[in-house]
Amino acid sequence: MESSILTLMIFFPLAGMVTVFCLPSQARDLIRWTAFAFTLPAFFLGIWLYQNFDTTTTALQFVVNVPWIESFNIRYFVGVDGVSISMILLTAVLCPICILASWNIERAEKGYFALFLLLDTAMTGVFCAMDFFLFFIFWELMLLPMYFLIGIWGGPRREYAAIKFFLYTMLGSALMLVCMLVFYFQAGAVEGVGYTFDLTQLPAVAQHFQTEPLLFGFSLPQIMWLALFINFAVKIPAFPFHTWLPDAHVEAPTAISVILAGVLLKMGTYGILRVNYPLLPEETFLFAPYCLAALGAWNIVYGAFCALSQCFTEPKDLKKLVAYSSISHMGYVMLGMASFTPQGINGAVLQMFNHGTITAMLFLIVGVIYDRAHHRRIDGFGGLASVMPVYTGVMGLAFFAAMGLPGLSAFISEVLCLLGAWHTHKIPALLGALTVIITASYLLWTIQQMFLGKPREEYADMHLSEINTRELCMLAPLGVIVVVLGFYPHAVLDLLDVSLQGLNEVVLSASTNSPDTAAVALR
Amino acid sequence: MDHPLLVSSLRWIVLFPLLGAVINGILGAKIQERFGKNGISVVACTAVGLAFIFALRAFFQLTSLVPEERYLLDTLLRWIHIGALQVDIAFAVDPLSGLMILIVTGIGGLIHLYSIGYMHDDEAYWRFFAYLNLFTAAMLTLVLADNLVLMFVGWEGVGLCSYGLIGFWYKEHANTTAGNKAFIVNRIGDAGFTLGIFIIFWSLFEAGHGTTAVFRDLGPLIHHLEGQMVWGVPAATLAALCLFVGATGKSAQIPLYVWLPDAMAGPTPVSALIHAATMVTAGVYMMARMHFLFSLSPVALGVVATVGALTALVAATIGLAQFDIKKVLAYSTVSQLGYMVLGVGVGAYGAAVFHLMTHAFFKACLFLGSGSVIHAMGDEQDMRKMGGLREKMPLTFWTFLISTIAIAGIPPLAGFFSKDEILWLTFSGGHPLLWLIGFAAAGMTAFYMFRQVFMVFFGENRADEHTKEHLHESPPVMTYPLIVLAVGAVFAGFLGVPPALGGSNILEHWLEPVFAGGHGGGHAAHHHVEVIEYVLMVASVGIAAVGIFLAYLIYYRQSVSAGTFTAVGGGVPYRAVFNKYYVDELYHATAVRGTLAVSWLCSVFDRNVIDFIVNNVAKATGAVGWAVGRFDHYIIDGLVNGLADVIFGIGNRLRQIQTGNLSIYLYVIVGAIAVSQFLPRVGADILVPVVIAFLSLVIVVGIALWLSTRRIQWRLMFTKEGVSELR
Amino acid sequence: MIMDGLLLDIGLRHFLSVSLIVFVLGLYCVLTRKNAIGILLGVELILNSANINYIAFSYFSSGNYDGQVFAIFVIMLAAAEAVIGLAIVLGIYQNFSSIDIEAVDSLQG
Repeated sequence: MESSILTLMIFFPLAGMVTVFCLPSQARDLIRWTAFAFTLPAFFLGIWLYQNFDTTTTALQFVVNVPWIESFNIRYFVGVDGVSISMILLTAVLCPICILASWNIERAEKGYFALFLLLDTAMTGVFCAMDFFLFFIFWELMLLPMYFLIGIWGGPRREYAAIKFFLYTMLGSALMLVCMLVFYFQAGAVEGVGYTFDLTQLPAVAQHFQTEPLLFGFSLPQIMWLALFINFAVKIPAFPFHTWLPDAHVEAPTAISVILAGVLLKMGTYGILRVNYPLLPEETFLFAPYCLAALGAWNIVYGAFCALSQCFTEPKDLKKLVAYSSISHMGYVMLGMASFTPQGINGAVLQMFNHGTITAMLFLIVGVIYDRAHHRRIDGFGGLASVMPVYTGVMGLAFFAAMGLPGLSAFISEVLCLLGAWHTHKIPALLGALTVIITASYLLWTIQQMFLGKPREEYADMHLSEINTRELCMLAPLGVIVVVLGFYPHAVLDLLDVSLQGLNEVVLSASTNSPDTAAVALR
Repeated sequence: MDHPLLVSSLRWIVLFPLLGAVINGILGAKIQERFGKNGISVVACTAVGLAFIFALRAFFQLTSLVPEERYLLDTLLRWIHIGALQVDIAFAVDPLSGLMILIVTGIGGLIHLYSIGYMHDDEAYWRFFAYLNLFTAAMLTLVLADNLVLMFVGWEGVGLCSYGLIGFWYKEHANTTAGNKAFIVNRIGDAGFTLGIFIIFWSLFEAGHGTTAVFRDLGPLIHHLEGQMVWGVPAATLAALCLFVGATGKSAQIPLYVWLPDAMAGPTPVSALIHAATMVTAGVYMMARMHFLFSLSPVALGVVATVGALTALVAATIGLAQFDIKKVLAYSTVSQLGYMVLGVGVGAYGAAVFHLMTHAFFKACLFLGSGSVIHAMGDEQDMRKMGGLREKMPLTFWTFLISTIAIAGIPPLAGFFSKDEILWLTFSGGHPLLWLIGFAAAGMTAFYMFRQVFMVFFGENRADEHTKEHLHESPPVMTYPLIVLAVGAVFAGFLGVPPALGGSNILEHWLEPVFAGGHGGGHAAHHHVEVIEYVLMVASVGIAAVGIFLAYLIYYRQSVSAGTFTAVGGGVPYRAVFNKYYVDELYHATAVRGTLAVSWLCSVFDRNVIDFIVNNVAKATGAVGWAVGRFDHYIIDGLVNGLADVIFGIGNRLRQIQTGNLSIYLYVIVGAIAVSQFLPRVGADILVPVVIAFLSLVIVVGIALWLSTRRIQWRLMFTKEGVSELR
Repeated sequence: MIMDGLLLDIGLRHFLSVSLIVFVLGLYCVLTRKNAIGILLGVELILNSANINYIAFSYFSSGNYDGQVFAIFVIMLAAAEAVIGLAIVLGIYQNFSSIDIEAVDSLQG
């Protein structure tokens, strides 16, 4: 039982998908409730996992490691450590909420919920997989339902958005596939390792790569680092690979936006921590100042300015604003993890978790108003505070959390990221710290335009009903998490700290092996 | 200090108001529905009252200790423990914060009471009190925090409440805009604050003697900052300046003071509590708390002192020409905060805190008094429409007058002692120019405050008839707090009577354990009674008297026209002052517009460059795909089909040999037999080439024949019509 | 005996000459006739020239009767062939109302 918990968490939704397929497509409520029911076990198992997770070790826990395709030594290898546990928990929390948020889907429910459950399986799988091949399989498996969920149930430009998303991601996947194979064959040539995709064994392989310049003065492992980084950067999404995100968010249905921003974006940074950091630590240290710190800071600034522009330039789409704010907030993660300080890297993973909950709230909030008014124009509302006070209260919590207001969860993680970054990369940290001003500007401006002021006359006769119980049920748990983590961040930080500091050590000790690169970063 | 006394009751000072805020915030609407507005105010005032009681308890616990050990600590929750960063949610009371919590809960409690009356007719009564309680909790967190990070929680928490309360009447666009302005301007300061924390933390870390964000440990460690550089600037200076940026935001100093006058859009009790007595002093409090850092950097102190003095002067000049009763008080607040900052800048932390305290009394009283006036005038705030309220509102008048005398610096009221201490320490600290600036501002203060008193309470009532009929003194729940505060404004000064006037400066001694080891400039000079001190004292009383007299002439006796002053220099100085030096316009044209322009550029770049590239890469890929498709269709498929066509053509030609005419067949047979008779006689060496040549000939002729018939089709293959024809 | 002498005078060369003459006549008949029956007659002549060859070679070489046996076999074949050939000609006539082989070219490619 203990060791199979991850397997159960991964494949329960898959069983749900099969079950949903067997239901008659007219039984809409039954389909919804079934889908909901099949996401709950993962949630409860997640709670169990949280309680039984050993926070004092860097070792993998709840490991299952059995041969899968023996001829290529591909293994079904799942496990959890401090790097992944928070993401697994986040997925387990968000999926039932997203099912609740999908209650209004009114077209081909069966297909929708089946695909959603498949997506759930794939996401959990990515975070659990410790075999590179298995990781890749889940990674790709995730694309498929995502493509259809946006492309079929999305907004007017859904096909453009879905294809853009798909192409961007496939570009990255192709690079990752090549890198994976290079590792595999290099592993075959290393004595004592042999052909393997095992992510825990591959770190021993990296030092056997040729270090002579291969292309444009970069050596093979450096090129591989960059290729893997581009793959993950597409997901984060880091500038300039980010433009799929606003489109995908704008077109996707609410629940899919939540998953997209809440979980999928984290896969980018998670992948860097899981693959780039341990497998290519020297290169990580070499490139982090540019690819992670500088680009992260640029992400923060650029995303914030783009979000601000949504306040006053067409299409003034609230969802687009939130999407750009996601780009901005993911920059803190990149900045934090590039710092190689305990504060920075802990802050980065905590920020991944916090951004997951906060941005989920934001998208759910957008969904609530969109369900009522059928548009999302920031300037198309006004005085909602008088019409929907409870909704406004929830909105305030989410918006101020997104602003990084102290006492709410994002504050801790952003401060940790910036604090850590200041040690290693002062200018990026400075930019990140100053951007909180822009963040406050666009969020406050949005609040003012949509919620404050007098209620607009065109909504006088239209009934904008107060937020309902179902919607409160999906927002309330996230709100509680946001508040609790603001005062007790160690609820999550305790899970991460040991593993992340271990990972930090790996990179730092690798950097001291090569003195010429060490000089670059630490000032 | 190494072994703080652990007192677990400190947490309740913060938790009670927080609890009140949570109850009123979540259940407020229901409570108001079921129990009426009294239910709300009972919850809110009880919460603050309990906090006050616990604050008093902590204060007396403090007094029971010997001065060097006056430090109480209550660790509530393990907060952030990552690497070298070890901070808890922990509350500490030392003499400084002990004083502050009394001010916050005491004056805060009075303003809560006052609000019961002032806000009585407001629908969103519960929301107001929830905010007010939340503010109290946040302010107490700021004050009690035992580390920089937790202080920042309170720091932004009060900012949030300020935002919510400025925009409390959110249906008016101007109010919410003022709220936004306050929050965003404060955010600029907050960014500075965080950077200050980072610099302190990491510079200490790099110094190699351990690092911390806890005040208690920072003091002994801070001297290790010396020698540390960030970007070529001494770390201590940079950190102090960053923190000072934070202080300029919160305490409304140049260049970030612009939000405070606009913040008067909020309800008047809010202006009294947040924008006069407590929140705006947070910057001063923080600098006093971090005095050991500022003392390390004379450069930073110089900047602080200069900015403080300039702010005092600039705000005072603006205050001369305002007509909105609350705007005058707002600029007066900015000006007085300038004095406090000046005090910090010259190392007179004790004096700054002293002025903070006295100012809290008389400025809260002034604001509440103005609220009482506004209440009576039916929400009229223009002083030109007031006048002669002295008879109708005696209590308000007397308390207002007392506070005005206090702020003008007339002995023996509170403002005299505190302001004069700052001015004296400025002078004796070697800053005669700054003293002069402060001195001039003191005269202006006296002038514009008495101008206000004369305009509001004396002379003819200039309001319309309807308002006149409804003029009334405020209810007791509003006037009692006024009386208490006025008493404070009279007597608070006696806590800091300087030795020069035969006092023992109780407050100075009380705060001594906190500021011990601080910049000694003020202290050293302090204990020597000098003649010049008396001279300066008389001078500042004199200039205050001049200011009052001028106001009396212009606004009471009206023997001197205000026009003689406004017309000076062609009216240019007056217009500049009246329009607040156009600072708002300047900021709007530069910072705001600049930011919006950058954001516009970013979004244009995103859509027109990045997306342009992405879409064109997609298009180019599509074009390559199309080309490959054509290639596949025409060249690859063309070859395959072409070969088939060649064979077909050959067959087509060959079939014409089959005529169906038996005779020809027979001729062929016979001819072939005849030829075959000769073949065996020819050697294989000739035969094979001949056969090959023959077959080649056949194929070539076949292709030629086929081409002759299919020539048109070749042409068709490379055009669309041709393709569709072929398929 | 006279016959013997006569026979001795007449050698294989003579038989082959006759056979050649008959064969060429038959071939000529086959190639030139447009009448199907004429062609059949020509074929008969070619067959008979072959018979002559068989018998002649048999007589002048081995001394046994193999050649004669084959000649009789060929005669039987010729009879069968004539039957089938005439039947085909009849069929052609019924289809084309003619036995002129130039008119019967529907097998033309």
